[in-house]
Amino acid sequence: MENFEPVILAFCCHYCAYTAADMAGSMRLRYPPNVKIIRVPCSGKVDAIHIMKSLEKGADGVYVAGCLEGDCHFKNGNGRATHRVEYLKKLLDEIGIGGERVEMFAMSAGMGERFAQTATDFTEKIRQLGPNPVKAAPQNQRAAG
Amino acid sequence: MITAERKPIEELIQSVKPYRSILLAGCNECVTVCAAGGRKEVGVLASALKMHFLKAGKPFEIQEITLERQCDPEYVEQLASNLDQVDAVLSMACGCGVQEVARRFHNKPVFPALNTKFMGASERQGVWSERCQGCGDCVLGYTGGICPVARCSKQLFNGPCGGSSNGKCEVDPNVDCAWQLIWDRLKALGMTERYEENLPAKDWRPAGGAGPRRIIREDMAL
Repeated sequence: MENFEPVILAFCCHYCAYTAADMAGSMRLRYPPNVKIIRVPCSGKVDAIHIMKSLEKGADGVYVAGCLEGDCHFKNGNGRATHRVEYLKKLLDEIGIGGERVEMFAMSAGMGERFAQTATDFTEKIRQLGPNPVKAAPQNQRAAG
Repeated sequence: MITAERKPIEELIQSVKPYRSILLAGCNECVTVCAAGGRKEVGVLASALKMHFLKAGKPFEIQEITLERQCDPEYVEQLASNLDQVDAVLSMACGCGVQEVARRFHNKPVFPALNTKFMGASERQGVWSERCQGCGDCVLGYTGGICPVARCSKQLFNGPCGGSSNGKCEVDPNVDCAWQLIWDRLKALGMTERYEENLPAKDWRPAGGAGPRRIIREDMAL
């Protein structure tokens, strides 16, 4: 556990969080390399299946980062994403994986610092939680599943 | 459409726990539209079950398939090639689909993944409401297009009752009084004289009171 480096996926909306990540880079802010960014056209594009498959394939934590409330480029994609993440949190609690492994964040394109802080905080939270329990299963079972 | 909701995950886990491999079968029709048992929901449930059993250290395999329709034998037949390799079927179709799979493959256990609810319409995104009970003798032509069988809590044919208050039903204040809706609609259509005509007592035999129903179309039969 000491050497545990979590794998974290961040689905980032092109119009806010992805640009905020760019901003964080321009500002020379550091954030953990554990966070792998996947750019999406809108946080509303992220479906439950994307998050579930990420966890099934071994991600330790997944988050969706969309625009601030009321600022979605497509009107209400961020609201949809928020509802989906809430739904998945319950489902993940029910199957024993833990809903705290997924999260929804909101930020604007100018919030480079918030992006870096969110990435740092979430990585730390997942580090505390430990590895995704799915990864503890023997490799042959995972391949079979 | 026929509406349905996924059963609690714990119940599903208990259903499939005794088996090593299952086929999770969705349906592309009604349950896809009400987001309960289509391809996407099959993917999410398969993923959830896989993760649960991986965590529990139990060997478990899931095959996923989504049929065009599970209530038609020609589509259900497509499961035949998959069924040799699995111990049981978990169906994400409505009750009709589950039974059709069970009828065709009598030596495989079939479990429902959904609770089938009602025939309804989409009120808005994520909300479905009951609209029809398939009573077999439609009266919508007399009631302004609003069904007293499915939408009046008491199934009154000559309402409203004394429990109608401010357009809402006494059974549940979130439910519109069907007879208020009927009156409003007849008024808007200028057909209030319809309201004066008493509808006779309903014959419930076509509604299922005479046992399970079937339709036979001799012109179509082969």
